[in-house]
Amino acid sequence: MNSWSWEVFFDAFPAVLEGLGITISLTIACYLFALVFGFGWTFIRRIPIKPIRWLIIWVMEFIRSTPPLVQLFFIFYAWPMVPVIGVALDPFTSAVLGLGIHYSTYIGEVYRSGIENVDSGQWEASTALNFSNRQKWTKIILPQAIPPTIPMLGNYLIIMFKEVPLASTIGVLGILSMANDYGAQYWRYLEPLTIVAILFLILSYPSAILINRLEKKMNRRFDKKTVLGRMNKGKGAVM
Amino acid sequence: MNEPMVKFKDVHKSFGDVEVLKGINLDLMPAEKVAVIGPSGSGKTTIIRMLMTLEQPTSGSIIVDGENLWQMEKSGRLVTANEKHLRQVRGDIGMVFQHFNLFPHMTILQNCMTAPIHVKQENKASAKARAIEMLDKVGLGDKLDNYPSQISGGQKQRVAMARALVMRPKIMLFDEVTSALDPELVEEVLEVIRDIAHEGRMTMVLVTHEMEFARDIADRVLFLDKGVIAEQGTPSEVFGHSENERLDSFLRRFRR
Ligand SMILES: Nc1ncnc2c1ncn2[C@@H]1O[C@H](COP(=O)(O)OP(=O)(O)OP(=O)(O)O)[C@@H](O)[C@H]1O
Ligand SMILES: [Mg+2]
Repeated sequence: MNSWSWEVFFDAFPAVLEGLGITISLTIACYLFALVFGFGWTFIRRIPIKPIRWLIIWVMEFIRSTPPLVQLFFIFYAWPMVPVIGVALDPFTSAVLGLGIHYSTYIGEVYRSGIENVDSGQWEASTALNFSNRQKWTKIILPQAIPPTIPMLGNYLIIMFKEVPLASTIGVLGILSMANDYGAQYWRYLEPLTIVAILFLILSYPSAILINRLEKKMNRRFDKKTVLGRMNKGKGAVM
Repeated sequence: MNEPMVKFKDVHKSFGDVEVLKGINLDLMPAEKVAVIGPSGSGKTTIIRMLMTLEQPTSGSIIVDGENLWQMEKSGRLVTANEKHLRQVRGDIGMVFQHFNLFPHMTILQNCMTAPIHVKQENKASAKARAIEMLDKVGLGDKLDNYPSQISGGQKQRVAMARALVMRPKIMLFDEVTSALDPELVEEVLEVIRDIAHEGRMTMVLVTHEMEFARDIADRVLFLDKGVIAEQGTPSEVFGHSENERLDSFLRRFRR
């Protein structure tokens, strides 16, 4: 069979790189969507009306237990057929909605665990000092609830990065599809797929470091910094 | 005669089926210092938590400085107070907790500045000056930039007092503020409370197991038992010879 060729390597490179750009933009878009939407879940879950809360919990559970691929297909192929509210969306938007909504249910749970870990005495002290409800959240509770969840949120970013190739099924051609297409066209898979591996390595290692840094920075602003800092040291290499 | 600062009118409180307070009637006069003693589970904490609006009474009313705390008038009827009403009335009240509840993500100084700035819209400079003044008063002027995790329990509790004092409450509530402390740290905290009490302006309610301390600073002592005020009077009346058997046996445990 054929051996390694630098010529093929450089020929395949631009296409694969283009795919990488799409993969990264899709990852970021899905992730931001999930971060914001996750907050939505967290807060509507707290509505003090039981039937609404049950409904929300059920919907979240439903979304989480359905494969993301099914949700992608639904949004891209089935949604446009729905009378009145149905709209046809382009592949990229569909992918952002599908993966974003799916992961927002997980991220909502991460926020929730962070919030529940804040001692009830913090709520009571802020009531005693007469903070408004909004101020309790923004000044007291969230600044304590979010920093400890940053390692988990970071992991979801990386999971998202690995999940976005699913979007190729509805036609968003990311790095892997580009490499694959190149391979199919010229019957050379070794070089393009090697490029994919190298690019993933170049990306994932710094992002693991970045998350670690961010985590430390957040912890520094935080009371339990020394304890947390020590605890999280081992978790740095998330990938 | 002076109007009471706080008035409890036949206040009941149940948790589920269990009635823990069975009709509390109580007047607290301006500047009065009241110690609340009683066996565990008698409802001491619940009384002051209702006054701090952390717990809602099942029935009865609590009047603070002439205002009904838990009820408000709405189209001619009394209804349960909403958050806006509670915020208006509870501004006069401050509380110090058994477990300090300092904000761990803020320095000592920030802990004492955040409420004046965000709740009372004071400007930063005057809030800071006031916070430093109060922290000096509790003996922590040299710890301003430390975080709560970096100081001792006794110091934390003194910060908690400064944090409540900067809000200039008319009423201060203390819930067993020394019982989470190592024995050698208790005195430094009691000392600060004594200082505050001697200034005399605030109405103070102290739930405590420190009988000596209660005798020392209280104008009046309430003995709470099984959800009612079973006995009350001046410290010498309550700590002296009492007809009340339950009070007697309760106090005997502290005499040893
Ligand atoms: N949130 C709650 N839910 C259910 N029961 C409660 C709650 N808070 C207090 N209780 C019960 O109410 C009773 C009175 O409690 P409270 O904390 O007021 O007692 P206390 O006099 O402060 O006791 P201690 O000296 O142990 O602090 C106890 O039996 C307690 O178990
Ligand atoms: Mg108690």
